[in-house]
Parts: sequence; C-alpha cells; structure tokens
Amino acid sequence: MIPLSHFLIVSALLFSISVAGIFLNRKNMIILLMCIELMLLAVNLNFIAFSHYLGDVAGQVFVFFILTVAAAEAAIGLAILVTVFRNRRTINVEELDEIKG
Amino acid sequence: MQNFTLIPMQFAVPDFLPALPEIYLLAGTCLVLLVDLFLKDSQRFISYLLAQVVLIITALLVLASFTGFPFFESLQLSSAEKVTTFSEMFVLDPMARILKLTIIIITIGVFVYSRDYLRSRDMYKGEYFTLGLFAVLGMMIMVSAQTMLLIYLGLELLSLSMYAMVAFRRDDGRASEAAMKYFVLGAIASGMLLYGMSMIYGVSGSLHLEHIGRFMASNQVMDNIGLLLGLSFIIVGLGFKLGVVPFHMWVPDVYDGAPTSVTMFLGAAPKIAAFAMIIRLLVEGLGDLVQGWQQILAILAALSLLAGNIIAIAQTNIKRMLAYSTISHMGFVLMGILAGTQTGYSASMFYIITYAIIATGGFAVVILLSRKGHEADQLSDLKGLSSRSPWSAFMMMLFLFSMAGVPPTVGFYAKLSVIQAVVNVNIIWLAVFSVVMSVIGAYYYLRAIKLMYFDKPDEFDAVNNSLINVKSQWDFSLLLSINGLSVIALGIFPGALMSLCVWAISSSI
Repeated sequence: MIPLSHFLIVSALLFSISVAGIFLNRKNMIILLMCIELMLLAVNLNFIAFSHYLGDVAGQVFVFFILTVAAAEAAIGLAILVTVFRNRRTINVEELDEIKG
Repeated sequence: MQNFTLIPMQFAVPDFLPALPEIYLLAGTCLVLLVDLFLKDSQRFISYLLAQVVLIITALLVLASFTGFPFFESLQLSSAEKVTTFSEMFVLDPMARILKLTIIIITIGVFVYSRDYLRSRDMYKGEYFTLGLFAVLGMMIMVSAQTMLLIYLGLELLSLSMYAMVAFRRDDGRASEAAMKYFVLGAIASGMLLYGMSMIYGVSGSLHLEHIGRFMASNQVMDNIGLLLGLSFIIVGLGFKLGVVPFHMWVPDVYDGAPTSVTMFLGAAPKIAAFAMIIRLLVEGLGDLVQGWQQILAILAALSLLAGNIIAIAQTNIKRMLAYSTISHMGFVLMGILAGTQTGYSASMFYIITYAIIATGGFAVVILLSRKGHEADQLSDLKGLSSRSPWSAFMMMLFLFSMAGVPPTVGFYAKLSVIQAVVNVNIIWLAVFSVVMSVIGAYYYLRAIKLMYFDKPDEFDAVNNSLINVKSQWDFSLLLSINGLSVIALGIFPGALMSLCVWAISSSI
C-alpha cells in the first residue's frame, strides 16, 4: 500500500510546478491558464488522498465542486483572453503593461 | 484500505427558511436575466428597475429574518439565536444578518450611482445588473458559510462575476488588461486558499468549521506542521482577496483599468464579504491557532499601512490613489482582527461597514465629475470643484476627511476603536505605527481637498466661456447627500452601529 506521504509529495510537486510556471512564464498567457488548472488539480489530488486515508467522503465531494468551478473559471479566463487579443493583437505577458503608476 | 459501503440514508428535507433571501435572490436574478432577453435597448431601464426591486425584496427578507418585523424593538432580544440548516453547512447568525443587509444596501447604492455612467458609455446592458446580482448572491453565501466548501463556492461565484464585470467594456484595452491581471491573481489566490483548506482538512478530518474548531481546542496545535502550513496558505489566499501588502499588486491596476462604476462595486461590497470570510475561517475555524496568525497578520497590517499610505502620495490618478488608500484601510481592518478579542472583531466590523459606505461615496463623486469621453480620473480634475458644484465638493470633502480620520466624521471613530482594540492586547508598536502612518496618509487626502477648494478650475466650456456644469439625476444627488450626511451622522452618533456590531459578534462567535 502506498503511504499517504507519497501522494502529498506528488501534489506538493505539482503545486510548486504550477506556481513556478505562473511566475517564470513571460511569453504566453495560455500557459498561465494551464498553470492555474494544474494548481487546482494538485489540490484535488491532496483532497482525494486525505479523503481516502481518513475514510471520509466529504473530501471527494469537494473535488467534484472544484472540478466544476475550474471549468467555469477556464471559460471566463479564455473569454477574457479573447478580449485581450482583440484589443491588443497579442497574448504576450510582457506586453500587458499599459496600466502602471 | 477502507471500503465505502452504501449506507441506506434517510433523506430529510432541510429547513429552507434561513436561506430564503438567497433562494429568492437566485430566482429573482434568473428572472432579470430572462426578462432582459426580450427588451429593446431603449427599454433597458426595466431591467434596472427589476434588479433594484429584487435587491429591495431580498433586503426585506433579510430584515424579516431578524424575527419579528418591527425590528428595532426585537433586534436586541429575540434574534440572538443562531440558526443552522442544510446539515449545518449554512448558518444564519446576527453577524450574517447585519453584513448581508449592508452588502445589499451598498449594492443598491452602487446601481443607482452607476446607471447614468453606464448609459452614457454604451454599457447600459442587463448583464451588468445580472452579474452584480450574482456577485451579491456569492457574497451572501460567503457570509453565511459554515463549511470550507461553501466558503469556496461563494467566493468563486463572487470572483467569477467580478472578473466578467471588470472586462465589461469589451473594446477597451485597459479594461481587458485589468481583467486579465485580476483573473490570474484571483485564480492563484483561490488555488492557495484551496491548498490550505486541503491541509486543514487532512489534519482535522472535517470540512466543517465548527468541527475544525473543536479539533483545535482539544489538541496541541501550535507544533503541528501540517496545520501551520495550511494556515499560512489560507492567509496568503485571504491576503490576495483582501488586497493587503505583499499581495496587493492587482489592486491599483484593477481599480485603474476597470470602468469607474465597477471599481466602486469592487471597492465596497466584496470587502465586507472578505471580512466575513476571515472571521469564519480564522476565528471560528482556526481560533485556537491565534498565536500563529496574530503575528502574520500584524506584519501584513504594518506593511499595508506603510506601502498604502506612502505610495498613494505619488499618485496623480484618483482611482489609483483610492486603491492605495484601500490597501491602507485594509491594514486597519486586519489590526482589529489580529487583536483576537471580541472588542477587536467588532471594531473591525464597524470599520469595514463604514469604510464600504465612505468608499462608495468617494467613487460616486468621481463618477459625477466624469462625462462621455472624459473619465475625470486625474487628481487635476478635482481643481476648483467648489466653484463648479459646492455641494458635491462638500460631500467629497466629507468622504476624504473620513478616510483620513478627521474627528467629526466616522473615519475617526472607526480608527480609534481599532487602535483601542490593539492597545488593549498590548501590541503598542502597531498602534503607534498606524497613527504615524495615518498622519502621513492625511497628506494626500488634504491635497485633494486643497485642489477642490483653493485651486482655480482649469476646464472651461469653450462655447460660452463658462465653467462646465456638474449634472446629475435627482436620485443620484439625493443618494449622494444621504451618503455624505451619514458619514457625519455616524461620526457624531457611532454608538448605535457600534453596539449593533458588538452584539452581532458576541452572539455569533
């Protein structure tokens, strides 16, 4: 049987990869959206592992809600991305710098 | 390895009555959405009126839940009880009632203020009001949530509506950029919050805040690495949502890029919901970790006061200046919470409610000055306002004095009670620091007042060589006057609202 800590390490790694991806990526906004999805998936893994080892289904129910909300979030994110592209003709993160002060 | 066997369950119908305002609001929002489909552009005021009616009825339902309708008499006595429903996932306690009422009233005000602004800029669409109503629903769920699941769902309903509202002006590059920044940082915040929640769930074995609280009370918690890790992730998530330093980078850009009416909504009502979320998560759930979060929040509060007040001095844009001022005000709100006493929580509650009122008024004056093709979001647009429109200049002066914390206005009393709460628990350095920072902050509020009263207006109507008039509808002016005078009234008689906050906190937590 795989111990709980292995699951937690994998999800912590996934979470770190997604955070690093968000902060290091300077080129493409779609990669940002992918990193956000990855972050939520890492959380899901965490919840499922805990839920399984605690013998409590509440965590798995939470995962279903996170998956649903993540889908809605991706839809809104892509919609905003489309408006950004229409106005700017670019989805380069570095060129998103008109507002500052 | 466990097997989850199917247990034959008895399905009990939950008590829907405590959630009646939310259920009504959801139905009403769907009605607005449907009716709006069949309206021509010239009939858009029908969706506006319908949205206002839905909000007013929801507010009445919340009022009715104070048990016994002549509510001023029964307020103190009968509604002290706490009702939970939906398997104890949803709670209706005095704090929830008062915060929900405030959120709805602020939103009604925001809709009144934004109507003309939207109409003159081709944004007078039913979607604006529908998204606003959905955001209110999300905030009401957050305020009443008793499990981490419900907190998350309410928060996402609020955030998703707000992302769309910020991007509402589709052909404006700045608004889309602001929406993109808000979306990415908001999603990171949700992710952090969820990761923290999963750690807390793993350690305590429950999503329910009361069970978590019981677990904390019965175990040695301060040396549990999992809990502390979860706590720090949760604080990062809350910090992003509240917009405190060092998680504030989205605040100025979003305030600046969003249409002013959305900025007004964003800057007032969601702050109240974020306050409720902090009270539910940190105080009700993780209350026994108070030594853990007290120090973190003290550092966040001090940094917010420092960065908010000092960077605001360098701003030339009113919306950016108000954004940095929000950051420093959130520092004050955190001060009350980190005191960790009931006095502190009620002082914070008083602060956040009055701040929402003041911020709405401040942005309303910015909207008042703007007209089609001219956003009036530069500080120089305030020049000579007193000769163009003495009354609105006076109102703006009240709001600015209140933000700075000058005595007859409510801002003074709010700051005083928060500082008092911190002094009571012997965190003197933070109290002194916040007073020094308020003095620094007074500079940029007073500068705006000086521009209004002592500078010559530099905008002339080229045609008749006269000052450009400040025009507004009767309901806008009426609401602005009520808003401004309430700042004075609450400042002179803070007792009623303060005792309401004290009662709400003491009977809820």
